[in-house]
Amino acid sequence: MQYMLAVYGDERAAESTPREQMTEIVNAYMAYTKALQDAKVLVASNRLRPTSAATTVRTVDGQAKVLDGPFAETKEQLGGFYLIDVPDLDAALNWAKRCPGARYGSIEVRPIWVM
Amino acid sequence: MTSTTPAHRAAERAARQSYGKLIAYLAARTGDVAAAEDGLADAFAAALASWPTRGLPQAPEAWLLAAARRRIIDMARRRRTREAAADRLLLSVEEAATEMHPADVPDWRLRLMFACAHPAIEVAMRGPLILQTVLGLDAAAIAAAFLTAPKAMGQRLVRAKRRIRDTGIPFRLPDRADLPVRLDAVLEAIYAAFGAGWPDPGGIDARRQGLLDEAVWLGHVVVGLLPDEPEGLGLLALMLYAKARRVARRSASGDYVPLSQQDPALWDAAEIDEAERLLQRASSHGRIGRFQLEAAVQSVHTARRSAGRTDWHAILQLYDGLLQLTHSPVVAVNRAVALSKTAGAVTGLAVLDELAQNPRLAAYQPYWAARAELLARLGRRKSADAAYAQAILLEPDTAVRRFLEQRRARFRPNSI
Repeated sequence: MQYMLAVYGDERAAESTPREQMTEIVNAYMAYTKALQDAKVLVASNRLRPTSAATTVRTVDGQAKVLDGPFAETKEQLGGFYLIDVPDLDAALNWAKRCPGARYGSIEVRPIWVM
Repeated sequence: MTSTTPAHRAAERAARQSYGKLIAYLAARTGDVAAAEDGLADAFAAALASWPTRGLPQAPEAWLLAAARRRIIDMARRRRTREAAADRLLLSVEEAATEMHPADVPDWRLRLMFACAHPAIEVAMRGPLILQTVLGLDAAAIAAAFLTAPKAMGQRLVRAKRRIRDTGIPFRLPDRADLPVRLDAVLEAIYAAFGAGWPDPGGIDARRQGLLDEAVWLGHVVVGLLPDEPEGLGLLALMLYAKARRVARRSASGDYVPLSQQDPALWDAAEIDEAERLLQRASSHGRIGRFQLEAAVQSVHTARRSAGRTDWHAILQLYDGLLQLTHSPVVAVNRAVALSKTAGAVTGLAVLDELAQNPRLAAYQPYWAARAELLARLGRRKSADAAYAQAILLEPDTAVRRFLEQRRARFRPNSI
Protein backbone atom coordinates (compact mmCIF):
# COMPACT_ATOMS: atom_id res chain seq x y z
CA MET A 1 0.00 0.00 0.00
CA GLN A 2 1.09 3.53 -0.66
CA TYR A 3 0.96 6.08 2.12
CA MET A 4 1.67 9.77 2.23
CA LEU A 5 3.54 10.96 5.27
CA ALA A 6 2.55 14.62 5.48
CA VAL A 7 5.04 16.55 7.58
CA TYR A 8 3.46 19.32 9.63
CA GLY A 9 5.32 21.82 11.74
CA ASP A 10 5.37 25.38 13.00
CA GLU A 11 6.96 27.49 10.23
CA ARG A 12 7.56 30.44 12.55
CA ALA A 13 9.55 28.33 14.96
CA ALA A 14 11.54 26.94 12.04
CA GLU A 15 12.39 30.48 10.86
CA SER A 16 13.96 31.37 14.17
CA THR A 17 15.92 28.13 14.48
CA PRO A 18 19.69 28.82 14.80
CA ARG A 19 21.77 27.91 11.77
CA GLU A 20 23.73 25.04 13.37
CA GLN A 21 20.52 23.41 14.47
CA MET A 22 19.02 23.89 11.02
CA THR A 23 22.02 22.12 9.49
CA GLU A 24 21.47 19.28 11.94
CA ILE A 25 17.81 18.99 10.95
CA VAL A 26 18.62 19.05 7.23
CA ASN A 27 21.22 16.32 7.77
CA ALA A 28 18.69 14.25 9.69
CA TYR A 29 16.23 14.57 6.80
CA MET A 30 18.91 13.55 4.30
CA ALA A 31 19.76 10.49 6.36
CA TYR A 32 16.08 9.64 6.71
CA THR A 33 15.48 9.98 2.96
CA LYS A 34 18.46 7.75 2.31
CA ALA A 35 17.14 5.14 4.73
CA LEU A 36 13.80 5.14 2.85
CA GLN A 37 15.67 4.73 -0.45
CA ASP A 38 17.84 1.94 0.91
CA ALA A 39 14.75 0.11 2.16
CA LYS A 40 13.28 0.52 -1.34
CA VAL A 41 10.04 2.02 -0.02
CA LEU A 42 10.40 5.62 -1.23
CA VAL A 43 8.11 6.56 -4.12
CA ALA A 44 8.50 10.34 -4.00
CA SER A 45 9.28 13.12 -1.58
CA ASN A 46 9.55 16.88 -1.55
CA ARG A 47 9.80 19.84 0.71
CA LEU A 48 7.35 22.73 0.30
CA ARG A 49 8.14 26.41 0.49
CA PRO A 50 6.42 28.00 3.49
CA THR A 51 2.81 29.15 3.38
CA SER A 52 4.09 32.71 2.78
CA ALA A 53 4.63 31.45 -0.78
CA ALA A 54 1.15 29.90 -1.01
CA THR A 55 -1.56 31.15 -3.34
CA THR A 56 -5.08 29.75 -3.11
CA VAL A 57 -7.67 29.40 -5.83
CA ARG A 58 -11.29 29.12 -4.77
CA THR A 59 -14.52 29.40 -6.71
CA VAL A 60 -16.79 32.09 -5.33
CA ASP A 61 -20.20 32.61 -7.03
CA GLY A 62 -19.05 30.52 -9.98
CA GLN A 63 -15.91 32.61 -10.43
CA ALA A 64 -12.45 31.26 -9.79
CA LYS A 65 -10.84 33.69 -7.38
CA VAL A 66 -7.15 33.88 -6.69
CA LEU A 67 -6.39 34.59 -3.06
CA ASP A 68 -3.02 35.46 -1.62
CA GLY A 69 -1.91 33.18 1.18
CA PRO A 70 -2.75 29.67 2.40
CA PHE A 71 -6.27 28.21 2.38
CA ALA A 72 -6.46 28.39 6.17
CA GLU A 73 -4.41 29.78 9.01
CA THR A 74 -3.27 26.89 11.19
CA LYS A 75 -0.84 26.46 14.04
CA GLU A 76 1.16 23.85 12.13
CA GLN A 77 1.58 23.90 8.39
CA LEU A 78 2.27 21.28 5.75
CA GLY A 79 5.98 21.56 5.09
CA GLY A 80 6.67 18.54 2.94
CA PHE A 81 5.76 14.96 2.25
CA TYR A 82 7.04 11.48 1.66
CA LEU A 83 5.18 9.03 -0.53
CA ILE A 84 6.11 5.50 0.50
CA ASP A 85 5.09 2.00 -0.54
CA VAL A 86 4.94 -0.44 2.40
CA PRO A 87 2.90 -3.55 3.27
CA ASP A 88 0.58 -2.04 5.88
CA LEU A 89 -0.22 0.77 8.32
CA ASP A 90 2.16 -0.51 10.98
CA ALA A 91 5.08 -0.28 8.56
CA ALA A 92 3.99 3.23 7.54
CA LEU A 93 3.68 4.28 11.18
CA ASN A 94 7.14 2.93 11.97
CA TRP A 95 8.61 5.07 9.18
CA ALA A 96 6.57 8.07 10.37
CA LYS A 97 7.97 7.68 13.89
CA ARG A 98 11.51 7.78 12.47
CA CYS A 99 10.87 10.94 10.42
CA PRO A 100 12.82 13.93 11.83
CA GLY A 101 9.63 15.99 11.52
CA ALA A 102 8.02 13.83 14.23
CA ARG A 103 10.42 15.47 16.71
CA TYR A 104 9.37 19.03 15.87
CA GLY A 105 5.78 18.64 14.75
CA SER A 106 3.42 15.93 13.53
CA ILE A 107 3.37 13.44 10.73
CA GLU A 108 -0.04 12.67 9.30
CA VAL A 109 -0.15 9.23 7.72
CA ARG A 110 -2.73 8.85 4.96
CA PRO A 111 -3.23 5.92 2.61
CA ILE A 112 -3.34 6.71 -1.10
CA TRP A 113 -6.80 6.14 -2.55
CA VAL A 114 -6.26 3.85 -5.50
CA MET A 115 -8.65 4.86 -8.28
CA MET B 1 -27.50 -16.35 23.63
CA THR B 2 -30.98 -17.25 24.78
CA SER B 3 -30.32 -20.97 24.44
CA THR B 4 -31.90 -23.39 26.86
CA THR B 5 -30.29 -26.82 26.84
CA PRO B 6 -26.60 -27.55 27.40
CA ALA B 7 -26.45 -29.34 24.05
CA HIS B 8 -27.87 -26.32 22.32
CA ARG B 9 -25.38 -24.12 24.09
CA ALA B 10 -22.53 -26.41 23.08
CA ALA B 11 -23.64 -26.25 19.46
CA GLU B 12 -23.80 -22.48 19.72
CA ARG B 13 -20.34 -22.37 21.23
CA ALA B 14 -18.97 -24.46 18.37
CA ALA B 15 -20.62 -22.19 15.84
CA ARG B 16 -19.22 -19.16 17.63
CA GLN B 17 -15.76 -20.68 17.71
CA SER B 18 -15.99 -21.25 13.96
CA TYR B 19 -17.46 -17.82 13.35
CA GLY B 20 -14.57 -15.92 14.90
CA LYS B 21 -11.98 -18.18 13.31
CA LEU B 22 -13.51 -17.85 9.86
CA ILE B 23 -13.96 -14.08 10.09
CA ALA B 24 -10.39 -13.73 11.34
CA TYR B 25 -9.04 -15.83 8.50
CA LEU B 26 -11.08 -14.15 5.77
CA ALA B 27 -10.42 -10.65 7.09
CA ALA B 28 -6.71 -11.29 7.38
CA ARG B 29 -6.54 -12.38 3.75
CA THR B 30 -8.54 -9.43 2.40
CA GLY B 31 -8.00 -6.70 4.98
CA ASP B 32 -11.74 -6.13 4.89
CA VAL B 33 -13.74 -7.14 7.98
CA ALA B 34 -17.11 -6.04 6.61
CA ALA B 35 -16.65 -8.07 3.42
CA ALA B 36 -15.65 -11.09 5.51
CA GLU B 37 -18.80 -10.70 7.61
CA ASP B 38 -21.05 -10.36 4.57
CA GLY B 39 -19.45 -13.34 2.89
CA LEU B 40 -19.73 -15.52 5.97
CA ALA B 41 -23.33 -14.47 6.62
CA ASP B 42 -24.18 -15.71 3.13
CA ALA B 43 -22.25 -18.91 3.74
CA PHE B 44 -24.20 -19.59 6.94
CA ALA B 45 -27.45 -18.95 5.08
CA ALA B 46 -26.38 -21.41 2.39
CA ALA B 47 -25.45 -23.95 5.06
CA LEU B 48 -28.88 -23.65 6.66
CA ALA B 49 -30.46 -24.34 3.29
CA SER B 50 -28.25 -27.23 2.29
CA TRP B 51 -27.06 -29.09 5.39
CA PRO B 52 -30.45 -30.29 6.66
CA THR B 53 -31.18 -32.02 3.33
CA ARG B 54 -27.71 -33.03 2.13
CA GLY B 55 -26.26 -33.72 5.54
CA LEU B 56 -23.37 -32.18 7.40
CA PRO B 57 -20.23 -31.81 5.26
CA GLN B 58 -17.13 -33.66 6.44
CA ALA B 59 -15.29 -30.44 7.17
CA PRO B 60 -17.97 -27.86 8.03
CA GLU B 61 -15.49 -25.03 8.60
CA ALA B 62 -13.81 -25.56 5.24
CA TRP B 63 -17.24 -25.77 3.60
CA LEU B 64 -18.25 -22.45 5.14
CA LEU B 65 -14.92 -20.90 4.23
CA ALA B 66 -15.22 -21.96 0.59
CA ALA B 67 -18.78 -20.62 0.37
CA ALA B 68 -17.80 -17.33 2.01
CA ARG B 69 -14.80 -16.99 -0.27
CA ARG B 70 -16.93 -17.45 -3.39
CA ARG B 71 -19.30 -14.78 -2.15
CA ILE B 72 -16.46 -12.35 -1.39
CA ILE B 73 -15.01 -12.86 -4.87
CA ASP B 74 -18.45 -12.22 -6.39
CA MET B 75 -18.82 -9.03 -4.39
CA ALA B 76 -15.35 -7.88 -5.37
CA ARG B 77 -16.08 -8.54 -9.05
CA ARG B 78 -19.20 -6.45 -8.80
CA ARG B 79 -17.22 -3.56 -7.41
CA ARG B 80 -15.03 -3.45 -10.48
CA THR B 81 -14.60 0.30 -10.24
CA ARG B 82 -11.74 -0.28 -7.88
CA GLU B 83 -9.88 -2.62 -10.19
CA ALA B 84 -6.61 -2.75 -8.40
CA ALA B 85 -8.10 -3.39 -5.00
CA ALA B 86 -10.40 -6.08 -6.39
CA ASP B 87 -7.52 -7.83 -8.10
CA ARG B 88 -5.48 -7.79 -4.94
CA LEU B 89 -8.44 -9.25 -3.10
CA LEU B 90 -8.98 -11.99 -5.67
CA LEU B 91 -5.34 -12.89 -5.64
CA SER B 92 -5.09 -13.18 -1.91
CA VAL B 93 -8.33 -15.11 -1.61
CA GLU B 94 -7.37 -17.57 -4.32
CA GLU B 95 -3.89 -17.94 -2.93
CA ALA B 96 -5.48 -18.71 0.41
CA ALA B 97 -7.68 -21.36 -1.21
CA THR B 98 -4.75 -23.24 -2.64
CA GLU B 99 -2.55 -23.19 0.42
CA MET B 100 -5.17 -24.34 2.87
CA HIS B 101 -5.74 -27.86 4.00
CA PRO B 102 -9.49 -28.50 3.80
CA ALA B 103 -10.15 -29.25 7.46
CA ASP B 104 -7.59 -26.93 8.88
CA VAL B 105 -8.51 -23.28 9.31
CA PRO B 106 -5.71 -21.59 11.23
CA ASP B 107 -6.77 -19.76 14.36
CA TRP B 108 -6.12 -16.11 13.62
CA ARG B 109 -8.64 -14.69 16.07
CA LEU B 110 -5.87 -13.06 18.04
CA ARG B 111 -4.69 -11.25 14.89
CA LEU B 112 -8.23 -10.03 14.42
CA MET B 113 -8.28 -8.78 18.01
CA PHE B 114 -5.00 -6.95 17.47
CA ALA B 115 -6.48 -5.29 14.38
CA CYS B 116 -9.62 -4.27 16.30
CA ALA B 117 -7.58 -2.86 19.18
CA HIS B 118 -5.07 -1.11 16.93
CA PRO B 119 -3.93 2.33 18.13
CA ALA B 120 -5.46 3.77 14.94
CA ILE B 121 -8.91 2.68 16.19
CA GLU B 122 -10.76 4.89 18.65
CA VAL B 123 -10.38 3.43 22.17
CA ALA B 124 -14.12 3.29 22.92
CA MET B 125 -14.78 1.20 19.80
CA ARG B 126 -12.16 -1.49 20.38
CA GLY B 127 -14.25 -3.59 22.76
CA PRO B 128 -17.40 -3.38 20.64
CA LEU B 129 -15.42 -4.23 17.50
CA ILE B 130 -13.94 -7.34 19.08
CA LEU B 131 -17.35 -8.45 20.34
CA GLN B 132 -18.81 -8.09 16.90
CA THR B 133 -16.04 -9.55 14.77
CA VAL B 134 -14.75 -12.34 16.99
CA LEU B 135 -18.06 -13.34 18.59
CA GLY B 136 -20.56 -12.21 15.99
CA LEU B 137 -22.69 -10.17 18.41
CA ASP B 138 -25.01 -7.77 16.63
CA ALA B 139 -24.86 -4.01 17.02
CA ALA B 140 -28.10 -3.92 19.04
CA ALA B 141 -26.75 -6.31 21.68
CA ILE B 142 -23.47 -4.42 21.89
CA ALA B 143 -25.28 -1.08 22.10
CA ALA B 144 -27.43 -2.38 24.96
CA ALA B 145 -24.36 -3.41 26.93
CA PHE B 146 -22.44 -0.21 26.27
CA LEU B 147 -25.52 1.93 26.96
CA THR B 148 -25.60 3.59 23.55
CA ALA B 149 -28.27 3.85 20.88
CA PRO B 150 -28.28 0.82 18.54
CA LYS B 151 -28.24 2.99 15.44
CA ALA B 152 -25.28 5.04 16.60
CA MET B 153 -23.40 1.91 17.63
CA GLY B 154 -24.11 0.33 14.25
CA GLN B 155 -22.79 3.35 12.42
CA ARG B 156 -19.67 3.56 14.54
CA LEU B 157 -18.96 -0.14 13.99
CA VAL B 158 -19.34 0.30 10.23
CA ARG B 159 -17.00 3.30 10.28
CA ALA B 160 -14.42 1.48 12.39
CA LYS B 161 -14.40 -1.51 10.03
CA ARG B 162 -14.07 0.79 7.03
CA ARG B 163 -11.16 2.42 8.80
CA ILE B 164 -9.43 -0.92 9.31
CA ARG B 165 -9.74 -1.59 5.59
CA ASP B 166 -8.89 1.88 4.27
CA THR B 167 -5.95 2.61 6.53
CA GLY B 168 -4.41 -0.80 5.92
CA ILE B 169 -4.34 -1.97 9.53
CA PRO B 170 -2.50 -5.31 9.41
CA PHE B 171 -3.91 -8.61 10.66
CA ARG B 172 -0.83 -9.99 12.27
CA LEU B 173 0.81 -10.25 15.65
CA PRO B 174 2.78 -7.11 16.51
CA ASP B 175 6.56 -7.16 16.65
CA ARG B 176 8.11 -8.33 19.91
CA ALA B 177 8.99 -4.76 20.87
CA ASP B 178 5.40 -3.54 20.38
CA LEU B 179 3.69 -6.62 21.81
CA PRO B 180 3.28 -5.55 25.46
CA VAL B 181 1.66 -2.21 24.58
CA ARG B 182 -0.46 -3.66 21.80
CA LEU B 183 -1.55 -6.63 23.90
CA ASP B 184 -2.52 -4.21 26.63
CA ALA B 185 -4.92 -2.53 24.21
CA VAL B 186 -6.50 -5.91 23.40
CA LEU B 187 -6.82 -6.77 27.10
CA GLU B 188 -8.29 -3.34 27.87
CA ALA B 189 -10.87 -3.87 25.15
CA ILE B 190 -11.84 -7.28 26.54
CA TYR B 191 -12.04 -5.85 30.03
CA ALA B 192 -14.26 -3.05 28.73
CA ALA B 193 -16.59 -5.73 27.35
CA PHE B 194 -16.53 -7.47 30.72
CA GLY B 195 -17.25 -4.16 32.45
CA ALA B 196 -20.18 -3.56 30.15
CA GLY B 197 -21.68 -6.87 31.26
CA TRP B 198 -20.98 -6.32 34.95
CA PRO B 199 -23.69 -3.90 36.13
CA ASP B 200 -26.48 -6.42 35.73
CA PRO B 201 -26.21 -8.44 38.92
CA GLY B 202 -29.75 -9.75 38.80
CA GLY B 203 -29.06 -11.35 35.47
CA ILE B 204 -32.23 -9.66 34.28
CA ASP B 205 -30.71 -8.46 31.06
CA ALA B 206 -29.77 -11.61 29.15
CA ARG B 207 -27.60 -9.63 26.78
CA ARG B 208 -25.48 -8.25 29.56
CA GLN B 209 -25.38 -11.51 31.45
CA GLY B 210 -24.00 -13.15 28.32
CA LEU B 211 -21.36 -10.49 27.94
CA LEU B 212 -19.55 -11.57 31.11
CA ASP B 213 -19.23 -15.09 29.77
CA GLU B 214 -18.17 -13.85 26.36
CA ALA B 215 -15.46 -11.62 27.80
CA VAL B 216 -14.16 -14.50 29.92
CA TRP B 217 -14.20 -16.66 26.82
CA LEU B 218 -12.17 -14.05 24.89
CA GLY B 219 -9.75 -14.09 27.80
CA HIS B 220 -9.42 -17.85 27.34
CA VAL B 221 -8.72 -17.34 23.63
CA VAL B 222 -5.92 -14.87 24.40
CA VAL B 223 -4.42 -17.12 27.07
CA GLY B 224 -4.73 -20.12 24.77
CA LEU B 225 -2.85 -18.38 21.97
CA LEU B 226 -0.37 -16.40 24.10
CA PRO B 227 0.09 -18.71 27.10
CA ASP B 228 3.26 -16.97 28.28
CA GLU B 229 1.93 -13.42 28.52
CA PRO B 230 1.40 -12.76 32.24
CA GLU B 231 -0.99 -9.85 31.72
CA GLY B 232 -3.32 -12.01 29.65
CA LEU B 233 -3.33 -14.55 32.47
CA GLY B 234 -3.84 -11.72 34.94
CA LEU B 235 -6.86 -10.37 33.09
CA LEU B 236 -8.49 -13.79 32.86
CA ALA B 237 -7.89 -14.32 36.59
CA LEU B 238 -9.31 -10.88 37.38
CA MET B 239 -12.48 -11.57 35.38
CA LEU B 240 -12.94 -14.97 37.00
CA TYR B 241 -12.55 -13.58 40.54
CA ALA B 242 -15.21 -11.00 39.79
CA LYS B 243 -17.50 -13.42 38.00
CA ALA B 244 -17.25 -15.87 40.90
CA ARG B 245 -18.96 -13.30 43.12
CA ARG B 246 -21.69 -12.48 40.67
CA VAL B 247 -24.54 -14.08 42.57
CA ALA B 248 -23.41 -12.86 45.99
CA ARG B 249 -23.87 -9.25 44.98
CA ARG B 250 -27.59 -9.38 45.67
CA SER B 251 -29.62 -10.75 48.56
CA ALA B 252 -32.59 -13.06 48.01
CA SER B 253 -34.83 -10.00 48.08
CA GLY B 254 -32.72 -8.22 45.46
CA ASP B 255 -30.86 -5.88 47.81
CA TYR B 256 -27.33 -4.80 47.07
CA VAL B 257 -24.72 -6.57 49.19
CA PRO B 258 -21.32 -4.85 49.35
CA LEU B 259 -18.24 -7.05 49.02
CA SER B 260 -17.38 -6.82 52.72
CA GLN B 261 -20.77 -8.26 53.68
CA GLN B 262 -21.03 -10.96 51.03
CA ASP B 263 -21.31 -14.55 52.16
CA PRO B 264 -18.21 -16.36 50.82
CA ALA B 265 -20.27 -19.54 50.63
CA LEU B 266 -22.12 -17.94 47.74
CA TRP B 267 -18.93 -17.37 45.75
CA ASP B 268 -18.17 -19.85 42.97
CA ALA B 269 -15.31 -21.87 44.44
CA ALA B 270 -14.30 -23.50 41.15
CA GLU B 271 -13.95 -20.14 39.43
CA ILE B 272 -11.91 -18.73 42.29
CA ASP B 273 -9.63 -21.77 42.26
CA GLU B 274 -9.10 -21.38 38.53
CA ALA B 275 -8.35 -17.69 39.02
CA GLU B 276 -5.80 -18.52 41.72
CA ARG B 277 -4.03 -20.98 39.44
CA LEU B 278 -3.95 -18.47 36.58
CA LEU B 279 -2.59 -15.72 38.81
CA GLN B 280 0.11 -18.02 40.12
CA ARG B 281 1.06 -18.94 36.56
CA ALA B 282 1.19 -15.23 35.69
CA SER B 283 3.42 -14.32 38.60
CA SER B 284 5.88 -17.09 37.74
CA HIS B 285 6.94 -14.97 34.75
CA GLY B 286 8.17 -12.21 37.02
CA ARG B 287 6.68 -9.43 34.90
CA ILE B 288 4.15 -7.55 36.95
CA GLY B 289 1.38 -5.52 35.34
CA ARG B 290 -1.89 -3.77 35.91
CA PHE B 291 -4.18 -6.75 35.46
CA GLN B 292 -2.08 -9.04 37.63
CA LEU B 293 -2.12 -6.46 40.43
CA GLU B 294 -5.88 -5.99 40.14
CA ALA B 295 -6.35 -9.75 40.16
CA ALA B 296 -4.12 -9.95 43.22
CA VAL B 297 -6.40 -7.45 45.02
CA GLN B 298 -9.32 -9.72 44.22
CA SER B 299 -7.33 -12.71 45.43
CA VAL B 300 -6.84 -11.03 48.80
CA HIS B 301 -10.55 -10.22 49.00
CA THR B 302 -11.55 -13.80 48.23
CA ALA B 303 -9.05 -15.14 50.78
CA ARG B 304 -11.70 -14.10 53.31
CA ARG B 305 -13.49 -17.35 52.49
CA SER B 306 -10.83 -19.27 54.48
CA ALA B 307 -9.17 -16.56 56.62
CA GLY B 308 -12.44 -15.06 57.78
CA ARG B 309 -10.99 -11.56 57.56
CA THR B 310 -9.60 -9.21 54.92
CA ASP B 311 -5.91 -8.35 54.87
CA TRP B 312 -6.16 -4.62 54.17
CA HIS B 313 -2.42 -4.10 54.53
CA ALA B 314 -1.85 -6.43 51.59
CA ILE B 315 -4.54 -4.67 49.60
CA LEU B 316 -3.04 -1.28 50.34
CA GLN B 317 0.35 -2.49 49.14
CA LEU B 318 -1.16 -3.77 45.91
CA TYR B 319 -2.96 -0.47 45.32
CA ASP B 320 0.31 1.38 45.97
CA GLY B 321 1.84 -0.65 43.16
CA LEU B 322 -1.16 -0.11 40.90
CA LEU B 323 -1.13 3.62 41.49
CA GLN B 324 2.56 3.84 40.61
CA LEU B 325 1.89 1.89 37.44
CA THR B 326 -1.31 3.54 36.22
CA HIS B 327 -1.63 6.94 37.95
CA SER B 328 -5.35 6.29 37.63
CA PRO B 329 -7.66 8.41 39.81
CA VAL B 330 -9.97 5.39 40.13
CA VAL B 331 -7.12 3.39 41.64
CA ALA B 332 -6.34 6.34 43.90
CA VAL B 333 -9.89 6.21 45.29
CA ASN B 334 -9.62 2.48 45.97
CA ARG B 335 -6.25 3.02 47.60
CA ALA B 336 -7.74 5.72 49.85
CA VAL B 337 -10.42 3.27 50.99
CA ALA B 338 -7.77 0.63 51.78
CA LEU B 339 -5.75 3.27 53.59
CA SER B 340 -8.75 4.20 55.73
CA LYS B 341 -8.95 0.56 56.83
CA THR B 342 -5.31 0.42 57.92
CA ALA B 343 -4.60 3.99 59.03
CA GLY B 344 -8.04 5.30 59.92
CA ALA B 345 -10.79 7.41 58.41
CA VAL B 346 -8.96 10.74 58.89
CA THR B 347 -5.99 9.60 56.82
CA GLY B 348 -8.21 8.10 54.12
CA LEU B 349 -10.33 11.21 53.93
CA ALA B 350 -7.24 13.43 53.65
CA VAL B 351 -6.23 11.49 50.52
CA LEU B 352 -9.75 11.80 49.09
CA ASP B 353 -9.58 15.55 49.76
CA GLU B 354 -6.42 15.77 47.69
CA LEU B 355 -8.14 13.89 44.88
CA ALA B 356 -11.07 16.32 44.88
CA GLN B 357 -9.17 18.46 42.35
CA ASN B 358 -9.46 15.73 39.74
CA PRO B 359 -12.35 16.62 37.41
CA ARG B 360 -12.84 12.97 36.40
CA LEU B 361 -13.84 12.06 39.93
CA ALA B 362 -16.62 14.65 40.18
CA ALA B 363 -18.87 12.27 38.25
CA TYR B 364 -17.47 9.04 39.72
CA GLN B 365 -19.97 7.45 42.10
CA PRO B 366 -17.48 5.35 44.14
CA TYR B 367 -15.53 8.50 44.99
CA TRP B 368 -18.61 10.10 46.55
CA ALA B 369 -19.72 6.88 48.24
CA ALA B 370 -16.27 6.39 49.78
CA ARG B 371 -16.21 10.01 50.87
CA ALA B 372 -19.66 9.74 52.40
CA GLU B 373 -18.73 6.61 54.36
CA LEU B 374 -15.59 8.17 55.81
CA LEU B 375 -17.33 11.44 56.68
CA ALA B 376 -20.11 9.46 58.37
CA ARG B 377 -17.59 7.44 60.35
CA LEU B 378 -16.02 10.68 61.54
CA GLY B 379 -19.42 12.01 62.60
CA ARG B 380 -19.40 14.80 60.04
CA ARG B 381 -23.03 14.21 59.28
CA LYS B 382 -23.81 17.24 57.18
CA SER B 383 -20.90 16.71 54.78
CA ALA B 384 -21.64 12.97 54.72
CA ASP B 385 -25.24 13.67 53.80
CA ALA B 386 -24.19 15.85 50.87
CA ALA B 387 -21.71 13.25 49.65
CA TYR B 388 -24.34 10.49 49.86
CA ALA B 389 -26.72 12.69 47.87
CA GLN B 390 -24.08 13.10 45.17
CA ALA B 391 -23.35 9.34 45.08
CA ILE B 392 -27.06 8.51 44.82
CA LEU B 393 -27.46 11.00 42.00
CA LEU B 394 -24.65 9.36 40.04
CA GLU B 395 -25.69 5.71 40.59
CA PRO B 396 -27.72 4.17 37.76
CA ASP B 397 -28.47 0.86 39.53
CA THR B 398 -31.64 1.02 41.64
CA ALA B 399 -30.49 -1.61 44.17
CA VAL B 400 -27.22 0.21 44.82
CA ARG B 401 -29.13 3.48 45.03
CA ARG B 402 -31.45 1.97 47.60
CA PHE B 403 -28.44 0.76 49.60
CA LEU B 404 -26.88 4.23 49.54
CA GLU B 405 -30.18 5.78 50.59
CA GLN B 406 -30.33 3.44 53.60
CA ARG B 407 -26.78 4.36 54.56
CA ARG B 408 -27.64 8.00 54.15
CA ALA B 409 -30.72 7.68 56.37
CA ARG B 410 -28.63 6.07 59.12
CA PHE B 411 -26.27 9.00 59.32
CA ARG B 412 -28.71 11.73 58.46
CA PRO B 413 -28.20 14.89 60.55
CA ASN B 414 -31.07 15.48 62.97
CA SER B 415 -31.65 18.96 61.66
CA ILE B 416 -32.96 17.69 58.32
